[in-house]
Amino acid sequence: MDSNLAQKVIEIIAKTQHLDAAKITLDSSYEDLGIDSLDGVNILFAMENEFDILIPDEAAKEIRNVRHTVEGVAKLLDAKASGTGG
Amino acid sequence: MPRVVVTGLGTVSALGPDTASFWRSLLAGQSGIGPLDGDLAGKTSVAVGAQARGYDPLQHFDVKHLDLLDRFSQFALLAAREAARDAGLSFDGERGERTAVVMGTGVAGKTTEDDAFRLLYGHDQKRFSPFIIPRTMANAATSQITMDLGITGPGFTVSTACSSANHAIGLALGMVRSGLVDAALAGGSEAPFSLGMIRGWEGVRVLAPDTCRPFSRDRKGLVLGEGGAVVVLEPEERARARGANIYGEVAGFGMSSDAGHITQPSESGAARAMEAALRDAGVAPEAIGYINAHGTGTLANDITETQAIHRVFGAHAGRLAVSSTKSMHGHALGAAGALELVATLLALREGLLPPTANFLAPGDGCDLDYVPLQAREARAGAALSNSFAFGGLNAVLCVRRWE
Repeated sequence: MDSNLAQKVIEIIAKTQHLDAAKITLDSSYEDLGIDSLDGVNILFAMENEFDILIPDEAAKEIRNVRHTVEGVAKLLDAKASGTGG
Repeated sequence: MPRVVVTGLGTVSALGPDTASFWRSLLAGQSGIGPLDGDLAGKTSVAVGAQARGYDPLQHFDVKHLDLLDRFSQFALLAAREAARDAGLSFDGERGERTAVVMGTGVAGKTTEDDAFRLLYGHDQKRFSPFIIPRTMANAATSQITMDLGITGPGFTVSTACSSANHAIGLALGMVRSGLVDAALAGGSEAPFSLGMIRGWEGVRVLAPDTCRPFSRDRKGLVLGEGGAVVVLEPEERARARGANIYGEVAGFGMSSDAGHITQPSESGAARAMEAALRDAGVAPEAIGYINAHGTGTLANDITETQAIHRVFGAHAGRLAVSSTKSMHGHALGAAGALELVATLLALREGLLPPTANFLAPGDGCDLDYVPLQAREARAGAALSNSFAFGGLNAVLCVRRWE
C-alpha cells in the first residue's frame, strides 16, 4: 500500500469530518470515527474531487473503513493511469 | 374550542440575535437596513438590505453541524431554541410526541443552491457534495428543529412566499385548537441574500435603492431582510396548569386567495383575509386597536392595504393604529409574518406600539394613522398581523391581549 496515498486519504477524511488526522489509522472503521452513511458519501465526494476519479455507486456501498477507502482510491488511480477507466 | 396562547418567543433578525434586541430596536424606531455586505456589494443595483450583521454561525453551531445547515435553517434553529427555552418546555417522551413543528419559508436553501450552481454553470463542476440536497430542501429547517429539540410529533413546512410564516402559524393554531397536539412551535425563517435571489428581485423592480418607508411619501419599494422567528402555542388550560408565562392569545386566523394577478395586490383579497381572521377570532372590527401591516413599502401594496383596511373597518379605520415594522427588520419574506407576530404580541402586552420608521409624510392615498417614527403608548385589546403574498395568497392572524 502506498503510504503517501494512505496519508492523503486520512487527511481528507480528517478535513471533511472535522477530526484530528492523528486519531485516524488504516484500521479505523467509519463507525469508530462516528461517520454515518451521509458523511461516508461526503468523503467519497471529497476523494473524487481530490483525485479526479469517479467512484461507482456499487463500489461506494462497500467502503466502510479507512483501509477500504485507500484501496478503492488506489485501484481507481491505477485504472486512470493505465487508461482503462476512472 | 380551547383558546390558544403564546408561551414562548424566539427571534433572530437584522435587529439582533434574540427577541429582547428585536423589541428594543423596534421601540427605538431603529432600522436594521444598511448597505449590503461585502460579498454582494456593488454586484447589482441593489444597495441596501436588512442583514443580520455580526451574526457568526460558529458562536451557535459546531462546524460539523454547520455542514448540514443552510443559513435559513440556522435562523430557524436559533429562533426555535430561544422560543422553547423561553417557554420552559422540554420535549422528552410523550411531550415530544404531542408537539408539532410547522415552519414557513419562501425560498428555503437558496444560498446553498446558488453556491453550488455557480460551480456547475460557471466551472462545469462534475460532482456535488451530498449535503446540497439536505441543506437546500424546503423542509430542512423544520427537520433540523425536530432533531435539535427532540420533537417527534407532526412536522411540516409551508411555502407561500411572503405569507409563509402566517400560514404556518395559522395551521399550527388549528392543530392545537383541535387537540391534534398539545403544543406547537410555529414560525418562519428566510435567508434570501444570495446573488441569484437579489438579481431576481432586482428584475421585479420593487426594491428600494435607499430604505424602506412604508405608507410614506417618496417610498421607493421594499428592502429585503433575513432572519427567523418562532412562537410556542399551547392551549390556555395546559399553559395555566404549568404556570407558563403567557404573552397573548392567537385568537383567529383568516386566509384568502386573490385569484387575480401573480404579483399585483388585491384590495378585496386582503380585505377578505382580514374579515376571515376577525370572524374566526369572534372579535368585532371595533375591538381592533392595532394592525401590524404587511406594509412592504411598495407603491402598490401600501395603497391597496390602506384601501382594504378602510373596506373592513369603515369609520373605525380612522381610529386604528397601523404600523409596518418592515421599515426596521426589512421584508424577510417567509419569516416576515413570524417576526411581525412577535412584534404584535409584545405591542399588546407592553401597551407600546412599534412605529413605522423612515416615514417622511403620508404618501398619496395613504390616510391612516401609521404611528410615524416613534413608538406610542396605547392599550390595544386586540390586533391583526397581515401578510399578503406574491401570488395573491393572503394570511392574517388576530391576536388578543392576555388579561
